[in-house]
Amino acid sequence: MSARIGIVTFPGSLDDRDAARAVYLGGAEPVRLWHDDAQISGVDGVWLPGGFSYGDYLRCGAIARFSQVMDTVKAAADAGMPVIGVCNGFQVLCESHLLPGALVRNAHLRYRNAPTRLRVETERTAWTRAFEPGTEVVFPAKHGEGRYVADEAVLDELEDSGRVVFRYADNPNGSMRDIAGVCSEAGNVVGLMPHPEHAVEALTGPSTDGLGIVASVLSHLSEGAVR
Amino acid sequence: MARVVVDVMLKTEILDPQGEAVLGALPRLGVTDVSSVRIGRRVEIEFDENASNVEEQSRVIADKLLANPVIENFTIAVEESVETGAEHA
Repeated sequence: MSARIGIVTFPGSLDDRDAARAVYLGGAEPVRLWHDDAQISGVDGVWLPGGFSYGDYLRCGAIARFSQVMDTVKAAADAGMPVIGVCNGFQVLCESHLLPGALVRNAHLRYRNAPTRLRVETERTAWTRAFEPGTEVVFPAKHGEGRYVADEAVLDELEDSGRVVFRYADNPNGSMRDIAGVCSEAGNVVGLMPHPEHAVEALTGPSTDGLGIVASVLSHLSEGAVR
Repeated sequence: MARVVVDVMLKTEILDPQGEAVLGALPRLGVTDVSSVRIGRRVEIEFDENASNVEEQSRVIADKLLANPVIENFTIAVEESVETGAEHA
């Protein structure tokens, strides 16, 4: 009986199938969710995948925030359910105010598409607890709007409370303080720009480090650590 | 019919790489005395004939959807009952 991870498909999502495959390879059961589902089918966690939801109109993630499924995801996240947002999913989490800050156009204006080295800064989240802090992982990054910004007070607060989850070894987009991923206060909601779901098989990925994300949430769920 | 124009701009402390790119292109036009270019978004909203609280509703629209207060500021201008389009054409 494996944990069920819901993967949301918005109109314009691209990485939902890869995310489902990564969840499957990591030993959990992927459950496909649709953007206008009001129910999330009794899942144990939610993955918001990358892509261009609603064509990235207005701002990346701005319209997805108002989709039916996000009301339910938001309520579940507030109640402690593990939620991860990757790339566009991270943008949706920021627009939904589930995570602080915002993601804006890359400083050099270019779309960046390359394997990216990241340092896992904390294991104290639902999605990174299988990593040793300080571990370096390689996930592909592919985005045009991935520069993480927040005001200095918010950045200081994130650093002080250990909520910077991933940091770039070579900042590809001008993100403030090299931040690639952050988490919520309780650590159950994590967002990052690079794609762990594209790093789960040696044949197609630059590493298999992405499996650690699934292993983390499985370990989190099996310990009943949900608050 | 009330028409509302919302201007959304990146906050001054947020780098605007698009503006920088335009600024960088200006010398090629022969324009060399510009020190800053910033790019924003203009949104025109037309309310129904009998809409009420137009300004208040526009503020909600701008604050909750059109602008992300983490990175952007907005201004709202209400243009009251434009009956004849001619003068604006």
